[in-house]
Amino acid sequence: MIDFAWYPVWRRNFLVWKKLAGPSLLGNLADPMLYMLGLGYGLGRLLPAVEGVPYLNFLAAGTLAYSVMNSATFETLYSAFSRMHVQKTWDAILNTPLTLKDVMLGELMWATSKSLLSGIAILLVIAVLGLYADFALLLALLPVAVLTGFCFAGMGLAINAVSPNYDFFLYYFTLAITPMVLLGGVFYPPSALPDWLAAIAAWLPLTHAVELARPLVLGRIPDGIGLHVFMLLAYGVVGFWAALALTRKRLLR
Amino acid sequence: MNAPLRLTNLCKQYGGTLVVDGLDLELEAGRCHGLLGPNGAGKTTTLRLALGLIGADAGTVELLGHPMPADAALARRKVGVVPQVDSLDPDFTVRENLHTYGRYFGMKGAEIEARIPDLLDFSGLNGKADAPILTLSGGMKRRLTLARALVNDPDLVFLDEPTTGLDPQARHLIWQGLRRLIARGKTLLLTTHFMDEAERLCDVISVIDHGRVIVRGSPRELIASNIEPHVVEIYGDGLAEWKACASDFCRRCEQAGETLFCYTEAPERVVAELATRPGLRYLHRPANLEDVFLKLTGRDLRD
Repeated sequence: MIDFAWYPVWRRNFLVWKKLAGPSLLGNLADPMLYMLGLGYGLGRLLPAVEGVPYLNFLAAGTLAYSVMNSATFETLYSAFSRMHVQKTWDAILNTPLTLKDVMLGELMWATSKSLLSGIAILLVIAVLGLYADFALLLALLPVAVLTGFCFAGMGLAINAVSPNYDFFLYYFTLAITPMVLLGGVFYPPSALPDWLAAIAAWLPLTHAVELARPLVLGRIPDGIGLHVFMLLAYGVVGFWAALALTRKRLLR
Repeated sequence: MNAPLRLTNLCKQYGGTLVVDGLDLELEAGRCHGLLGPNGAGKTTTLRLALGLIGADAGTVELLGHPMPADAALARRKVGVVPQVDSLDPDFTVRENLHTYGRYFGMKGAEIEARIPDLLDFSGLNGKADAPILTLSGGMKRRLTLARALVNDPDLVFLDEPTTGLDPQARHLIWQGLRRLIARGKTLLLTTHFMDEAERLCDVISVIDHGRVIVRGSPRELIASNIEPHVVEIYGDGLAEWKACASDFCRRCEQAGETLFCYTEAPERVVAELATRPGLRYLHRPANLEDVFLKLTGRDLRD
C-alpha cells in the first residue's frame, strides 16, 4: 500500500509558498530566462547552427534542466535547512505521529513539485517563443522535470543533513552544481569536450537530464533513455537514502 | 487504570557516558507530574525516550499502553508536546499554525476548525486567530504552543520548561491553563527549573540526577522527609564567628558565597541568638522545594 503520511508536510510547505507565490515564481523564471535569452540571442548571433538548430533552440533544453536542478537544490538546501535547523519545524512535526521518513518524503516531494513548476514555466516560454519541433514530445519534458527534480532533491537533502550552517552549501555549489552546469551539456554539446572531460561529464546527473531534455525539444526521441533514467533515479534514491540515515543521526540520536 | 507512561530500568548512553542510568518512572492518570533535575541530569533524554524519538539501550518504555519506540506513531496520536524551544511556523497566522499542526495528526480541516475557538479561549488568544506569529509577544507564543499541543485533544501532555523566559504575568497565565488541563483530567509531565512552579502545580515530583530518579513524592512529602522545616539565611559582618558556633543552634549549615543557610527545627533559638549580633543580617523562612533540590543535587554549577 502506498503511504501518504508525508502529505501534511508537503501541504505545509505548499501553503507557505502560496503566500509568496508571485515573487517566488518570478525568481524561478527570471534567472534562467536571462541566461537563455541573453546567451541564446547574444551568443547565438555569433554562432552557426548548433546540432542543426539556432543556438537559442539548442540552449532551451539545457536551460530547462538547469532551472529544474536549481529549484530542487535551493529548496532542499536553504529552505529545508531553515525548517530543520532554524525554525525547528521538523522537530515540531516529529512530536506528532509523523516520523522522520514522513517529514523527509514530504520535503522530497515538495522540492520535486517546485522543480516541476520551474519546468512548466520554462516549457511555457519555449512554447510561446516557438523553440520546439514537436508539441507532443515537448510535453514529455514534464516527466523529465519530475525525474530531474527528484534526483537533485534527494542529493540536496543529503547535503542538508550534514551541513552545520548556510555557508557550508557553498562547497556543494562550487564542487558539484557549478561543474555540472559547465560540463553537463547545458551550453554546448558534450561532444565538444576532450575525451577525459567528457568521461567525467558522463557521470554527472545533470548530463543525463540534458540528454533526455534536448532531443525532446528538438523533436527527437532521446537515445539511451534507460541509462539516463537509471542514472537520475540512482542519484536521487541513493541521495535520499543517505539523507534519511544522516538526518536520523543528526536529529534522533 | 493503566499508567499513561511507564519507564522501567531505562538506560541510554552517549559516547560511553550513561545519560540515563536505570531510570524508573510511572505516571498516574489525571495528575501533574514534575521532572526536576540539574542541567545534564537526563531530563530531555528521558522525554525523548518517552516519546519514542530515540530508542533505549536497555529497559522499556510504555506510552499510553503502547510499547515504544515500536508503536511510537500510534501512541503519539493522543500525546501533546510543548517543546522547550519555540517551533511555531513564523510564516503562518495563529489559526494557520493550529490547522497545519492538526493535519499532522490526520485531523480533517473541519474537525480542527471546530476546536479552534476553544483552543484560543483556553490560551487567552481570543481575537488573535488571524494575527501573524511575528506580532505575538513571548508569552502569547508560549500559550499558542500550549494550544497547539492540545489540538489533537491529548490524554497526556509533555511540557519541557514551559515558562522559561516569561515574565511573571505570563507565567501565571500559563499556570492557570495547566491547572485547567489537570481539572479536565489530563495527565501532565512537566520539566522545569522553577521550584516554585513545581511546588504550585505538581501532585508528584521526581527529582532526577545522573540519569536516575533519586526521590519521588508530593512537594509536601519531599520537604517534610528530606529537610528541616525552617531556614535562616545569614549574611554580613561576623559570619565566620557565627559559623564556628552555629552547630549549637541549628542542625545543619551550608555556606554558599557570602551567605550561610542554617536549617533547623527550632528557628526561635537561632533568631534570638542572631539578635545579639548586630553585624549579621538574616532572613527567616519556611523550607521549600528549592532547599530540598539543592540538598539532593548539590550547589555546584552544572553546565
